[in-house]
Amino acid sequence: MNYQSPETVDDAVAALSAAGAAGRVLAGGTDLLVQMRSGRRSPEHIVDVKNIPEMRSVTMTADGFRIGAAVAGAELGEQAQVIAEWPGVVEAFELIGSTQIQGRATLGGNLCNGSPAADSVPAMIAAGTIAVIAGPGGRREVPVEEIMTAPGQTSLGDGELVVEFMLPRRAPLSGDAYLRFIPRTEMDIAVVGAGVNLTVDSAGVCQSARVGLGAVAPTPLLVADAAAALVGSTLDDDALNKAAAAASAACNPINDKRGTVEYRVKVAGVLTRRAAKIAYDRARAHA
Amino acid sequence: MDTKVKQSQGKLKWVGTRQVRPDGVDKVTGRARFGADYSLPGMLVGKVLRSPHAHARIISIDKSKAEALDGVKAVVSGEDFPDIAKEEAFIGEGPINFRYMAHNMMARDKALYDGHAVAAVAATSEEIAQKALALIDVQYEVLPHVIDVRDAMKPDAPILHDDLFTEGVTPEPTRASNIAKQVEFGRGDPDAGFAKADVIVERDYSTQPVHQAYIEPHATLASVDEEGKCQVWASSQGHFMVRAYCAKLLGLDLANIKVTPTEIGGGFGGKTLVYIEPVALLLSRRCSRPVKIVMDREEVFRSTGPAPGSHSTVKIGATKDGKIVAGYAEMRLQAGAYPGSQIGPAGMTAFAPYEIEDVKAVGIDVVVNRPKVAAYRAPGAPLAEFPVESAIDELADKLGMDPIEFRLKNAVKEGTQSCYGPVFQKIGFIETLEAVKNHDHYQTKLGPNQGRGVASGFWFNIGGESTATVNVNEDGSVVLIVGSPDIGGSRASLALMCAETLGIDYKQVRPLIGDTDAIGYTFLTGGSRVTFATGLAAIEAAKNCIDDLRKRAAILWDIDVSNVEWRDGVAHPVDAYSDEHEPMTLKQLAAQSAKTGGPITGHIALNAEGAGPGFGSHVCDVEVDPETGRVEILRYTAVQDAGRAIHPSYVEGQIQGGVAQGIGWALNEEYIYNAEGRLDNPGFLDYRVPVCSDLPMIDTVIVEVENPNHPYGVRGVGEVPIVPPLAAVANAIEAATGKRLADLPMSPPKVLAAIDE
Repeated sequence: MNYQSPETVDDAVAALSAAGAAGRVLAGGTDLLVQMRSGRRSPEHIVDVKNIPEMRSVTMTADGFRIGAAVAGAELGEQAQVIAEWPGVVEAFELIGSTQIQGRATLGGNLCNGSPAADSVPAMIAAGTIAVIAGPGGRREVPVEEIMTAPGQTSLGDGELVVEFMLPRRAPLSGDAYLRFIPRTEMDIAVVGAGVNLTVDSAGVCQSARVGLGAVAPTPLLVADAAAALVGSTLDDDALNKAAAAASAACNPINDKRGTVEYRVKVAGVLTRRAAKIAYDRARAHA
Repeated sequence: MDTKVKQSQGKLKWVGTRQVRPDGVDKVTGRARFGADYSLPGMLVGKVLRSPHAHARIISIDKSKAEALDGVKAVVSGEDFPDIAKEEAFIGEGPINFRYMAHNMMARDKALYDGHAVAAVAATSEEIAQKALALIDVQYEVLPHVIDVRDAMKPDAPILHDDLFTEGVTPEPTRASNIAKQVEFGRGDPDAGFAKADVIVERDYSTQPVHQAYIEPHATLASVDEEGKCQVWASSQGHFMVRAYCAKLLGLDLANIKVTPTEIGGGFGGKTLVYIEPVALLLSRRCSRPVKIVMDREEVFRSTGPAPGSHSTVKIGATKDGKIVAGYAEMRLQAGAYPGSQIGPAGMTAFAPYEIEDVKAVGIDVVVNRPKVAAYRAPGAPLAEFPVESAIDELADKLGMDPIEFRLKNAVKEGTQSCYGPVFQKIGFIETLEAVKNHDHYQTKLGPNQGRGVASGFWFNIGGESTATVNVNEDGSVVLIVGSPDIGGSRASLALMCAETLGIDYKQVRPLIGDTDAIGYTFLTGGSRVTFATGLAAIEAAKNCIDDLRKRAAILWDIDVSNVEWRDGVAHPVDAYSDEHEPMTLKQLAAQSAKTGGPITGHIALNAEGAGPGFGSHVCDVEVDPETGRVEILRYTAVQDAGRAIHPSYVEGQIQGGVAQGIGWALNEEYIYNAEGRLDNPGFLDYRVPVCSDLPMIDTVIVEVENPNHPYGVRGVGEVPIVPPLAAVANAIEAATGKRLADLPMSPPKVLAAIDE
């Protein structure tokens, strides 16, 4: 097995390109190392991206935030301004694993591992997060919802990796939230996850919304119908119920050891409704 | 010799105090050595190949490629182990059949579950051992399998054992089936009893198999020398058990095996058997090098014993004034791949807390293509008492009675004949119920979607064989040697009783667990027996030591030993001689022991009888999310009769641990098998034991109704607390939602489905 630890994105791209299909990016390792130990993956080339400063930093400009794809949960959890403006994204990220896992786990890894149940992904989708991808052909910007294509698979080409995520600065009267359902209180994989990001006007009428769902389909979903049900309402019961029904309707889950189809469909609606209410309260408080 | 020991008046000095445990620092610093921590020069890594099939005939096993791999020193499979005849024994907490145990350790003609051991290798490294496993060519003929008890009982079910004919039924069956045995307990005529009842409740219940989920996976190191002398280091609940089973399963002479107990990272009944120890021994014998086998978590789940699952029908009848007049239970237990689930204890415990004239409990032992069950904390009782405690709650509700008052009206007490036979001596069931009734928890108000449940539980507790030696060092300190592995703080409780009896400082007693060559036979740590039975041995050994001490003083004073009295750790001449001699401390006597006959010691080997039955009553508050079915435990109070708490912190710890495990059993723990009969969740991610944040602080109340058969009144405490939580949680969910959940686990999808019904 070949292990490389480049210090620039260009070197990482070169290493990955040379490795081809046998290459794998190692960020926090909280998925990859477990998969290797259990025999589920045995990559021949590992490219460790933790020593690339660009991928380990969080920067803030007047336009927005750039969050390195290899920033750990515990590190983002110390970014007061990100927390203030994107509480839904940060709380989703911080739900992953345990305190120890939080010291290693990254947003890039959570996305590129390709799990439909990845907690941070529905929240990032709802937030309208853009992933910056570097590869042999240069850099490109892609909405997060376009990265995962199937369980364990992404739209990244050979030699490509996610370098960072871009989030805008929080607009006034907008807010986000993420909720997940697990049978326990922690140390579990989402049975259902729901992220909502919305904007209201001064009268409290919803102007725009995005809803992301996890663990209810082969990939995390952006559910336009659920968002549309919220727009134009003050998130009254009728609007919330419609959004919940739309979320349930968008589900295409499987029966597995973590949940049944019937249960996931129902709870997806429940969580969408609850997350929307939290996002709405945050939006109204963020004048 | 008549022992003249006088306790100081009033309060005991050490018993009942919360001292630092002797093994505490080693355990919190990581210095303590558990099963995987032992190594020897030249040691090899042993690994086990396991069946990927739930049920398959083993057509052939070709080991030649694995044997040819560089670094592989031995490869063994079923044919390399001796054939063992069927031989039944009831040892400790469950029936044992050595043939089944041998075949479970290593499959012979058939693999009977996903994870069943079919071969093993010893190699110079982990990597080589792993490669060697892949080179063992096993040809299987895959057979139809059966996972569920009800399916296994059907006439057309796949048959696991061609030679298994149901015992305990008439007429004797002529066809083999998966139903191994049927047993019955009870008295009177239940039909006549039900005829007297004004209200009857009847329902089907089910519980899932649950794993003991000890943190430490099974681990052993074995070394066989050229003379055939065997040494084993093993994490187990009894090193004498390991010695006996290894001798039996390998056809070895017991005297040639020495087993050294390592620290044990949890057992809960699951380490009362051997799985890898005989395998490591055989591998070592083949190559004359030490072999260490350490299971990983997946192996633990796929191949070691859970508690049985069950399907039960329970019917209870009562009169209008709240007297239970009849009870009937039929419990079909899932034994796993080989017969031997705990149908006996299940049948005996089901109705044990209640006085019922006409009662019958039937236990049926059924084999399925899953790992063979093992003991788990009060084996058989939780799955038997869960339906009864649920039915009691339902009955109380129908009668319009408070569930505690209803239990009080029917509770067993001293002099009551139990449903399973014996007449109870002094017991504290009623005291636990009164304590719940008077606890502030029972009075607090609840909010919306919240509910409160109560349930009680019973376990026999056992005594059994224990040996103890007390050696007095020349400085007056004491070494207490016992043969009981310390799982729940027994070093501390034994040292406390020893110090109390001798009248010396607790810190002067160093407890030690002797290996099988260093101390006499001691039955395994199980049945909540150690503080009672080995405690009795520690006390008796200390008393014998006191006799020796008195003799030494008598020699020094040149008086008859009958004129020496032992009081608070000091030898006193009795009144007539009190002016002639100064009292002598243990330390002074120890310093002069060379002059009085050599080292001072006390020893005892006994078979303790009179273990005091244990009872507990719990109260649980839950909140149920009506939209997701998620159950949160808001508050939990567990009351238990401990007889006397020798070390109250460890009694509380036992209660809290049992409750936590019971809540896991109630809410989320289950094995998930796929259509091929393979276990889909062999790890703690998806086999959901509660994590810390899932549970509130579990409040404990220790009631002390002394066991008359123990000098300090000890009853076993380790097992009772896992019994009540299953029904306490179910009863609380019923109170919160109006829905009676009778199928465990009460996981969110099941609770939501019940709410949406």
